[in-house]
Amino acid sequence: MTERYHYSLVVLKELVKTDFKLRYQGSFLGIAWSVVKPLMLFGIMYMVFVRFLHFTDGTPQYPVVLLMGNCLWQFFSEATGTGLRSIVDRGDILRKIHFPNYIIVVSATCGALISLGINLVVIMLFAVVNGVHFTWRALLLPLNLIELYVFALGCALLLATMYVHFRDIQHIWEVVSQMVFYATPIIYPLSMVSHNYPVIGKLMLMSPIAQSFQDARHNLIDPQNVQIIWNQIGNPAICLIPYALSIAFLILGVYVFRKYSRKFAEIM
Amino acid sequence: MTSSQQTEIEKHDDTDVVLSVQHVGKFFKLPTEQATGLKQAFINWTKGIKGYKKQQVLNDISFEVHRGDFFGIVGRNGSGKSTLLKIISGIYMPDGGTVDVKGKLVPFIELGVGFNPELTGRENVFLNGALLGFTHNEIEDMYDDIVDFAELGEFMDQKLKNYSSGMQVRLAFSVAIKAQGDILVLDEVLAVGDEAFQQKCDDYFTQVKKDPTKTVILVTHSMDSVKKYCNKAILIKDGDIVVNGNKEEAANQYTLENIQSEKKDAERKKGEYPDGLNEHCPLLQVKPISNQICKSSDTFHFEVEYDYSEQNEFYLALALHDLRRGGIAYDTGSKALKFTQTGHHSVEFEMPLTVFNNGDFRLVASLRTPSKTDPKKSDMVAFTNDANSCAFAIRDSKNRDYALLSDRALTIKCVETH
Repeated sequence: MTERYHYSLVVLKELVKTDFKLRYQGSFLGIAWSVVKPLMLFGIMYMVFVRFLHFTDGTPQYPVVLLMGNCLWQFFSEATGTGLRSIVDRGDILRKIHFPNYIIVVSATCGALISLGINLVVIMLFAVVNGVHFTWRALLLPLNLIELYVFALGCALLLATMYVHFRDIQHIWEVVSQMVFYATPIIYPLSMVSHNYPVIGKLMLMSPIAQSFQDARHNLIDPQNVQIIWNQIGNPAICLIPYALSIAFLILGVYVFRKYSRKFAEIM
Repeated sequence: MTSSQQTEIEKHDDTDVVLSVQHVGKFFKLPTEQATGLKQAFINWTKGIKGYKKQQVLNDISFEVHRGDFFGIVGRNGSGKSTLLKIISGIYMPDGGTVDVKGKLVPFIELGVGFNPELTGRENVFLNGALLGFTHNEIEDMYDDIVDFAELGEFMDQKLKNYSSGMQVRLAFSVAIKAQGDILVLDEVLAVGDEAFQQKCDDYFTQVKKDPTKTVILVTHSMDSVKKYCNKAILIKDGDIVVNGNKEEAANQYTLENIQSEKKDAERKKGEYPDGLNEHCPLLQVKPISNQICKSSDTFHFEVEYDYSEQNEFYLALALHDLRRGGIAYDTGSKALKFTQTGHHSVEFEMPLTVFNNGDFRLVASLRTPSKTDPKKSDMVAFTNDANSCAFAIRDSKNRDYALLSDRALTIKCVETH
């Protein structure tokens, strides 16, 4: 049993390493791009949303909150997007060697996780420049990220399974994730919604994405001003719904993937 | 990992079963309608169309491979051997039955193990090793061996896309055979690389054959390799095991299957005749009576079945085609065998085989009538096409393979040196 997990771990390590190596293949800056690219993207976002459009809830830390939301979304979108295609993209290997194929999806999401890690470091720099005071709550951040990862992995497993059978899923998912993007307080503050429509604001927080994004921003950047599910909804049982949802998605994803993965090599 | 002590014990037990395949069946669902899109799937669902056809590839396959075996799997294209190999390797799941593998199985299927063209040769070796279930350190240990065998030492830091296709296959093959697995599964790979590399592979296989700890499962179309390396073989035909165990029998039966053409006559419509036959003579067929794999000391018995009623004087002409070397080895002449019995009859013939070396042959018959214009000649009424002719093969260890005639038929003697 332990040997099996050891084997899975070795394969996972090699696949993640390969993906990371190949990501900036053939470029002059190479691995430096993984830091330079988010820095440049953040610069653009900062100019557009903060300087030109003045998206703000009035709090001084909002620019950092905005960037953090964007980088968390980037993670979710990359993890599900590459996760979706991962099985089909690696079809050539699956047809030749037998190995636990869930590792392919996990390695795709791990790639996104690495980008997230690098982005978070960049965000910390921005935060320091912006005068953010880190509190003990920053230590809770890993828990929020784990929850987000669990949800993203569940989605990726589901999507990857569907993509093997129906290629339409890729396009459907593009539209759906666009929808989720605007239904989540990423480029606008949650207070903007909950101020006018308190019920909708609370409903939005039922999504594991919105809830974990808010939690992460709350814990890392601005515990005073970022609204989270715990200070919006009084009933703790309801507050647990999004957490339960992310675990439920992972269980569903694993169940569906396991059920259909036996036939992947034949179908592709 | 098994402890070294345990390995010692297993080494001595040469009847240890390492692969057990029991009652394995497999079918594929072949899509009859394009159903890779959601829309089509939905339409099919609402209409109640299944959208696929079931094709049974393997029926009920059972065999065992013991430690140290060099196990051959032969069969014609589409007989299901590659599917079987993929099931053994765990890539496909059987629809029925069980496959038990003891130890680490290293597959080498469809040329290449899934290399990435953007990675260097070295990186690919490590990635592949990991996929095959080896840790970084284990691969480190066998790395030099792999590179040596592939003869690619100076190219290992080049990207794989810069390799020639021969080099890629050589590297993949070296990874497969030098990886310290317990069971090696090879699919039609003996034609890898240039002659020197093939010679190397040949040496390697000969050495592996003697090693009681290494187990190899080989799928091939080369009966020479089966006879040379394997100690056991199975022949698969249409998803069933036809010959189980004996490699000579499997190889011979396979040869026979190949020289026999497909019999498609059953599908023919009424009133239509196969090539060579017509309304004057609706039936002419050469059928074997003896076993179709013969020794040179055998006399080959066969019969010609005909249905002809138009004239009561006609001839049967027989020709012996040499399928391996081409040409016609023997011919009775058009007017040598005269018959007068009209109607549906069978005539039995015999032919000694002592003059021939090993080869694949086909007996072709034609039915002829005396020519009305020239009494010396004859007109052909019907002949047997490939399906109606009779194929047989001579396989005798006393014979050589190259020339048609054996030493028993002809010897060349030295008379004098000037």
